[in-house]
Amino acid sequence: MSNSGILRSSLAKKYVMALSGLFLCLFLLGHLVGNLQLFNTSAEGQLAFNEYAHFMTTFPLVKLLSYLTYAAVLFHVVDGIALTMQNRKARPTGYVKEKGSANASWSSRNMGILGTIILVFLVSHMQNFWYVMHFGPIGESDGLKDLHTVVMTFFGPENGLAGLAVAGYVLAQFALGFHLIHGFQSGFQSLGLRHSKYSPLIERAGLLFGIGVPTLFASIPVYLFFIQL
Amino acid sequence: MNLTLKVWRQNGPEVKGHMDTHALEGVSPDMSFLEMMDMLNDQIIRAGGEPVAFDHDCREGICGMCSMFINGEAHGPGRGVTTCQLHMRSFNDGDTIAIEPWRAQAFPVIKDLTVDRSAFDRVIQAGGYISVNTSGNTIDANAIPVPKEQADDAFSAATCIGCGACVASCKNASAMLFVSAKVSQFALLPQGQPERESRVQRMVEQMDKEGFGNCTNTGACAVECPKGIDLSNIARMNRDFMSATVKSKK
Repeated sequence: MSNSGILRSSLAKKYVMALSGLFLCLFLLGHLVGNLQLFNTSAEGQLAFNEYAHFMTTFPLVKLLSYLTYAAVLFHVVDGIALTMQNRKARPTGYVKEKGSANASWSSRNMGILGTIILVFLVSHMQNFWYVMHFGPIGESDGLKDLHTVVMTFFGPENGLAGLAVAGYVLAQFALGFHLIHGFQSGFQSLGLRHSKYSPLIERAGLLFGIGVPTLFASIPVYLFFIQL
Repeated sequence: MNLTLKVWRQNGPEVKGHMDTHALEGVSPDMSFLEMMDMLNDQIIRAGGEPVAFDHDCREGICGMCSMFINGEAHGPGRGVTTCQLHMRSFNDGDTIAIEPWRAQAFPVIKDLTVDRSAFDRVIQAGGYISVNTSGNTIDANAIPVPKEQADDAFSAATCIGCGACVASCKNASAMLFVSAKVSQFALLPQGQPERESRVQRMVEQMDKEGFGNCTNTGACAVECPKGIDLSNIARMNRDFMSATVKSKK
């Protein structure tokens, strides 16, 4: 069997899906820790957050990590689309009556749709914050790019659509939660990491991760919106 | 019991099929699902019609021949049963029951409810065996000590009857549960070690060639499996394929 054959195999595609997905879980944790600083809306909090944002966009090792993250997103999306297309082809005629809920969880049956919602959110999210941080227009505070104010304004009364932005953000976090509840433990299974002793722990960790991380993410815009009302 | 049956009718692999509705009266709750199908065919033949083609053989749950996607589930609503072991007491008087063939690109419909499952045979031919010299001095398999737990797991994997319920139930029509059970039954035993790596590579390659879908780890296959083959087999195959790929010289 040639090497190219192995790379084209269905299992290798799942390894890519699992590795990129689990890497993105680590990214989510890092991103969350950064975001939680936004709960401090005082002048010191603003300075600390802007210093953090400056560090995250300029420190070489972090930059390297960010390129890895872009690559992981790209692999995860492209691979996901390729897998979905193959799966569609594998059943050209569908069932007249199919009871999917009888044997599989809702999130596991809807990973593609959930992923698409997350991707749409990601594009808009990067346009609103990542693009502004990198390419402006952005104000300055204490000689640093003032990302803190960008965020506060985006979820504040100055933005007429802030309510809609918060609702969209929360909805995307629900999609992320369901995606993670299945995806986290599924990644381990795809890599063959299943064990009667440890797998129940992985499943519980996945559930905790899938509920905890999106809830904390969503709580930030909700908080910023209400304190500025 | 009086039932309304919606049955998939399709004359051949290339033609379009459709659901046909039949009323069947006087069904005994003690009948097996296949006996109920026999009764339906009797009624159709007496009325001068073409009987419904469906697969069946041993009718005692061990051959893997009977298929049928009943009311949205492979082998119907029961757990751990084939269609021949499903009894009409699982349904209620007045029920409408939808009966469809397994649906997968790799399992083309032959006629009505019968599908061609020879894709599974080709996966087995690709590596689902051990090469033994049978020149007259074959060693008794029991002469090699095997830890009890290992032997039990290998036996559990080997109970797969190749019915295809896993493919039928999977939203992606993936054959991972079947192939992984056939990989595992050898991977767990000493006799399977010499060909362990090449076996998993060849069987996965054939599985992909047949046009089965990919595994999303929904677990539907294991829930619907009449023999209770579990997902640890899929994890084992994922592991073995990875290490075989990394170590492979080609």
